[in-house]
Amino acid sequence: MRLIALLLAFLFSSMSAPVLAQQAAQIVAENRDQIEKPSRQTIGPVITALAESGDPMADDILAAWEAKRLVIRKADGAMFISAPDGAGFTLTALDGAAAGTATKGEIVELKPNAGVRGLISTALVQFTLSDPDPVKRQAALDSIAKDPKAEALTPLRASIAGETDATLKAQKERLERLLTLRFDPDSAARVAAIDSFGADLGLDLRGALNPILATTIVAATEPPAANIDRTLRVGRDVDPVAAYEILVAAGLAPARLTLDVQRDALIANLKDGMVGGVALADLDSRAARDRAYTALEDQGAVPFAATDDEAAAALAAYQFYEVYTETDPAVTAAAKAALDAIGTKVGVMQTADLALDGLSLASIYFLAAIGLAITFGVMGVINMAHGEFITIGAYTGYVVQLYITDYTASIIVALPLAFAITFAAGVAMERLVIRHLYKRPLETLLATFGISIALQQILKNVFGTQARPLTSPAWLDGAWVLNDVVSISYIRIAIFVLALVFLGFFLWLMKRTRLGLEVRAVTQNPTMAASMGINPDRINMLTFGLGSGIAGIAGVAIGLFAKVTSELGTDYIVQSFMTVVVGGVGNIWGTLAGATMIGGLQKVIEFFNPSNTLAAQTYMILFIILFIQVRPRGIIALRGRAAGD
Amino acid sequence: MRPLLQPRHRSMLVFLAGLAIFTIGVTIAAQFGLVSTSFVKTLGKTLCLCLAALAMDLIWGYAGILSLGHMAFFALGGYMIGMWLMYARTEEIVIASLMNSGLPATPEEVQQGIATQIFGVVGASDLPAIWGFAHSLPLQLMLVLAVPGVLALVFGWLAFRSRVTGVYLSILTQAMTLALALYLFQNDSGLRGNNGLSGLQNIPGMDAVGQETISLWFFWASALALGVVYVLLHAIVAGKFGSVIRAIRDDEARVRFLGYSVESYKLFVFTLTAVITAFAGALYYPQAGIINPAELAPIASIYLAVWVAIGGRGRLYGAVIGAAVVSLLSSWFTGGRVPSIPLGFATINWVDWWQVLLGLTFVAVTLFAPKGIGGVFDRLTGVHTPDRKGAPLGPDDGSLQEREAQQ
Repeated sequence: MRLIALLLAFLFSSMSAPVLAQQAAQIVAENRDQIEKPSRQTIGPVITALAESGDPMADDILAAWEAKRLVIRKADGAMFISAPDGAGFTLTALDGAAAGTATKGEIVELKPNAGVRGLISTALVQFTLSDPDPVKRQAALDSIAKDPKAEALTPLRASIAGETDATLKAQKERLERLLTLRFDPDSAARVAAIDSFGADLGLDLRGALNPILATTIVAATEPPAANIDRTLRVGRDVDPVAAYEILVAAGLAPARLTLDVQRDALIANLKDGMVGGVALADLDSRAARDRAYTALEDQGAVPFAATDDEAAAALAAYQFYEVYTETDPAVTAAAKAALDAIGTKVGVMQTADLALDGLSLASIYFLAAIGLAITFGVMGVINMAHGEFITIGAYTGYVVQLYITDYTASIIVALPLAFAITFAAGVAMERLVIRHLYKRPLETLLATFGISIALQQILKNVFGTQARPLTSPAWLDGAWVLNDVVSISYIRIAIFVLALVFLGFFLWLMKRTRLGLEVRAVTQNPTMAASMGINPDRINMLTFGLGSGIAGIAGVAIGLFAKVTSELGTDYIVQSFMTVVVGGVGNIWGTLAGATMIGGLQKVIEFFNPSNTLAAQTYMILFIILFIQVRPRGIIALRGRAAGD
Repeated sequence: MRPLLQPRHRSMLVFLAGLAIFTIGVTIAAQFGLVSTSFVKTLGKTLCLCLAALAMDLIWGYAGILSLGHMAFFALGGYMIGMWLMYARTEEIVIASLMNSGLPATPEEVQQGIATQIFGVVGASDLPAIWGFAHSLPLQLMLVLAVPGVLALVFGWLAFRSRVTGVYLSILTQAMTLALALYLFQNDSGLRGNNGLSGLQNIPGMDAVGQETISLWFFWASALALGVVYVLLHAIVAGKFGSVIRAIRDDEARVRFLGYSVESYKLFVFTLTAVITAFAGALYYPQAGIINPAELAPIASIYLAVWVAIGGRGRLYGAVIGAAVVSLLSSWFTGGRVPSIPLGFATINWVDWWQVLLGLTFVAVTLFAPKGIGGVFDRLTGVHTPDRKGAPLGPDDGSLQEREAQQ
């Protein structure tokens, strides 16, 4: 390491005052012995000389040497750069002139060991970083960023001034600061580099700062002369068991007696049904076993091991310190401050991201529930088969994609087709079943449930149990990335837009069209509506068909990101009913509010317990049950005559 | 005439006689090896389902509350008894294996061994706090009734207090069972996540007794429980209490204005039926051998309603008949023993199509025969509901309507 540091210092100093360009071939010739049998300890100056030579061939020579393509011709001992060419090799002299070809038998390859190759590749970095090809420069930068090393710092700095590409230059400067804050020998320079970032959100910055703050726990009787983060109190900051293990690992205390060790020791010392003066039959409690073991310890039959009291005494005798591996307090302080600032900003961004997630989940729930908002919310018909209509919509999308391979076109075809199919199914169901049960809501619930299990099983029989693909068009792939924290996939944006479109459509239909007027009239008072010349049967049929048709369209949208199985709709049905009930029956704004609340809240709960979406749903439903206590009629309750009673 | 022979008790006596004959018949058949052990278990399980259906009939058929969450109580009862069965059984195994290791086991070692044995599958090695009573059969038996009872009490109190009725209550109960199922599906719920509890058919300390005997014991216990609960519920619905809850079903507001505390009646019925269902579950799962959170899926509770509806709600024997017929038919059809029907272009394989048939039958029953199978008995015995000349039987949407009464 020290050698490398020296080497770097040399490199760095020589950068500022370039020595006279020397022919690379000449350097090789002068150091022929070392190059043929290189040693990691001594080859440094030679590589440096080559790298510094300014000869354009130096790059090629070093690259060839690293790649084991530097060869010696047996015939005359001359050194060449070789390139495989069919069965043989094409040779190039060290000054760049072509030198014919050779077969494998005529040459000897130089094979430097891994350590030497590492030195060469470090030296080569400066060439790649200044390579005329921007792609290669980018690749070199990426490889440094992926695996930051102290050695890369000097060549990187050297290459910045000559960089012509503005993007690459910015990248280089950023990387230079990242390397500086970790590897620069000068404490002030590191602090300055840390401060220069401010509350930057880049993951690379956090990746560079976190190792600086890595700590270890040290046990000592008095504060060690190191960069101490804080003193730990046993039992509060550090678990007593873990603390004792630290003592054992540091050799400051004997290992604690584990139950298994004790057990094995007792069995091993069993004689005539007695161990350490205790009868075998009595060894069925911890206390008796401890007694027997202590007796054995006294006899010297078993190694001394710490019991609980001794462990506690040992813990009390020592202090525990959390010590930074980084020795410079100024740097750790700066890094800590920077990370705190970043943490605050990340928190704000995460909140924004959470809000976006919640909004997108809300739009999914809204989309699944909007059909119900019509059939259940407006007409008051509980349709348990609503989920199956969603599934039918998704399967329609799948079937259309079997025939139309262009995904964009297939989605455009599938949306109206899904509407048509589920509209027809809804109308048929209304005609055959539901209209006979308008006065009996509980029976409606059960009859539609019967339809639901029948439909689900039919879908299962037709399409099988495994998930079917419904692929979204390529332009919906990917995500809109705002920064390293906030991003949202395009498909979710599309669903959000679709939800907004449906909201607009619903409002337009209900408030601005003849059909909407008649629907509202029939749901409020069918007899009066009939006496005004409206046909309630027809309106009920159309309304139910409309709600079912929207479920079909929602199915296509949901199928784009969820697994299309016969149980797709079942996953959404309870949530959809919840959305409508929580929002307030009979009001589309209520459904919107319900979806927003349920979606948002679910994401918040998931945020606090990210590994467990099941728990999130559990708490969500519990919350809804309690929420109904406070507002039995939902967030937006209908009043007066519209409420229906 | 002695009170027990009054006509209104006749259905109960017939039912009890039928149940006794059935039980004796099955016992004799089992003794002579005419029916297999697994079939005795199936019959025993069916009796437990009938018991749950009885409870469902009380709350839906008589009180008009369509609960879509009663199978949650059924499964909870099963979980509670399953905890003891699994704990005690594992304890036997752990003690036996520690015996062979050279030293007599300490209580801590036994505890630790049981915990690792039971919870190794979900990657935990400590016994969760909810298993605190699992070592004791009486305590755990108390929990069989207490846990579902308290849950029903709290849930019912919250729901009825805020006047949640009709389909809203149905959806709310469905959400309750879904929430419980999702909770139990987690590995850290303390009940082994989706692995559930297994090996429940092995009764601790009964290794010497064969499964064929144990299955008969459980069959008798299930039959006895069904008979006792039937008598109990019959006493409830035939008395004044029954009149009040039927009145609540038909016109809740009117009963409230007459001065009855409707909410208390509903809460009592809800909790009582929850406890009965839990009891049925505690008898069911030792015969089934395994319980997992899928048993709490909302669909299970809806099937309970399906049984009662097909059997005929508002009459206790209807619920029992419905549950027995549908669940036995269901296991017959899904067992693959029904011959497929070739249609030329396709074959109807009943394992795949039974569900469709059930769903459509159910729609048909709801539409055309609201009295279910029970209606057949009415016709046989010549019982007709009074012709009210079009006057409504009750103003609530959920009450019996005139068209039904005419049938």
